[in-house]
Amino acid sequence: MKYVDDFRDGTVARALGAAIRAGARPDREYRLMEFCGGHTHAISRYGIADLLPPQVRLVHGPGCPVCVLPVGRIDQAIRLALEHGVILCTYGDTLRVPASGRLSLLRAKGRGADVRMVYSPLDALQVARANPAREVVFLAIGFETTTPPTAVAVKQARAEGLGNFSLLCNHVLTPAAMHAILAAPGGVRLDGFVGPAHVSTVIGSAPYEPFARDHGKPVVIAGFEPLDVMRAIQMLIRQIDDGRAEVENEFTRAVTAEGNRKAQALVAEVFELRDAFEWRGLGTVPASALRLRPAFAGFDAEARFAVPAVPVPDHRACECAAILRGEKRPQECRIFGTACTPDNPVGSCMVSSEGACAAHYTYGRFRVEAAPTETTRT
Amino acid sequence: MCLAIPAMVVELCGKDEALVDLDGVRKRISLAMVDDVAVGDYVIVHVGFALQKLDVGEAEATLALLREIARAQQAAGEAGPAELP
Repeated sequence: MKYVDDFRDGTVARALGAAIRAGARPDREYRLMEFCGGHTHAISRYGIADLLPPQVRLVHGPGCPVCVLPVGRIDQAIRLALEHGVILCTYGDTLRVPASGRLSLLRAKGRGADVRMVYSPLDALQVARANPAREVVFLAIGFETTTPPTAVAVKQARAEGLGNFSLLCNHVLTPAAMHAILAAPGGVRLDGFVGPAHVSTVIGSAPYEPFARDHGKPVVIAGFEPLDVMRAIQMLIRQIDDGRAEVENEFTRAVTAEGNRKAQALVAEVFELRDAFEWRGLGTVPASALRLRPAFAGFDAEARFAVPAVPVPDHRACECAAILRGEKRPQECRIFGTACTPDNPVGSCMVSSEGACAAHYTYGRFRVEAAPTETTRT
Repeated sequence: MCLAIPAMVVELCGKDEALVDLDGVRKRISLAMVDDVAVGDYVIVHVGFALQKLDVGEAEATLALLREIARAQQAAGEAGPAELP
């Protein structure tokens, strides 16, 4: 695949690894958070950690939209499907997230709920057109990458007068979550961020300036391919060694300073900021999520069906919350790989391929067994 | 969720839509979020939408830089820190 395979060249990756090993100072540690689940997945899948020196420690962040969705929000979707009889359209990632009462959207489907997986919010619109006598609710989740497509779907629904279409809106904001990570009392110590790839195509590089300017944390925006991630790590190490804290952009083929203005305008037209929103792992974070503007309030499923979000604690044995904050690693959870596996997930981080636990289970756990000292570094 | 891939536009169809090709797999996507897309352009596709046009010149420049770093490091050997760009 053009512009994909070239960025996965193993020979170049090994040489980049050698350059990083030769360039990193042996007398200090570099703790770098990859915010995005896409980066987490790439780091595990391509064995990037194996190419890095031991003093470079990658810390997984909360940038996996399925992982940060609290149980209460999945419960709402299940109630809509089971109790209100709606057709619930969802991205595939959320189907298997464990919810209350040993349910998930997939298990609710097994109990007769009409739950349908869609690839795009426009597919959910098509379901609404094809079923005019049924209420169709789209479970809208995701960061800034996924929000503009939802905005397009809402505008389209209004233009067509699709009265049987609505949203359960869970769209969240990346910079707010990064602030929450840095503000957490006794939180994880970080020296820099590998900045999101596709979120940044939409919001641009400018929103990360406060992390560099006010928090002294370098940010390097990186593409999702392994060479992108390795180059970004090299750029971060250089910034840290130089005593600089700047926003740099490795992903120049898709990210500009201002981002995608057209997408931003679509989002601003349809959505407004929520006062606060509950995140798994981060708790209630102010100004961290979006809701429909009053002009589009008719498309808000929460108002239409009166299904309030009820906070639900995570499973007692599950360490997803600490893992999402970067405070623990998947292998430090006592049910990792035993009671909790991708086939039978207990926590959300084991569900999506972008989740830290699923990525580590699929690609990383063998490495731990082969080299225990490598992963017990602190 | 946010994993998206560059695909080549092979046909512009109707208002704000295009047919893209990814290694022989063809899909109709929305162009509602991007302007001035032409056949032959690469776009990053996510949940059925083009998120952004891929800047081919920047992609080539990044690849050239990565290969230059690799060449310099291979010349310097494992131990030596190469003079890197």
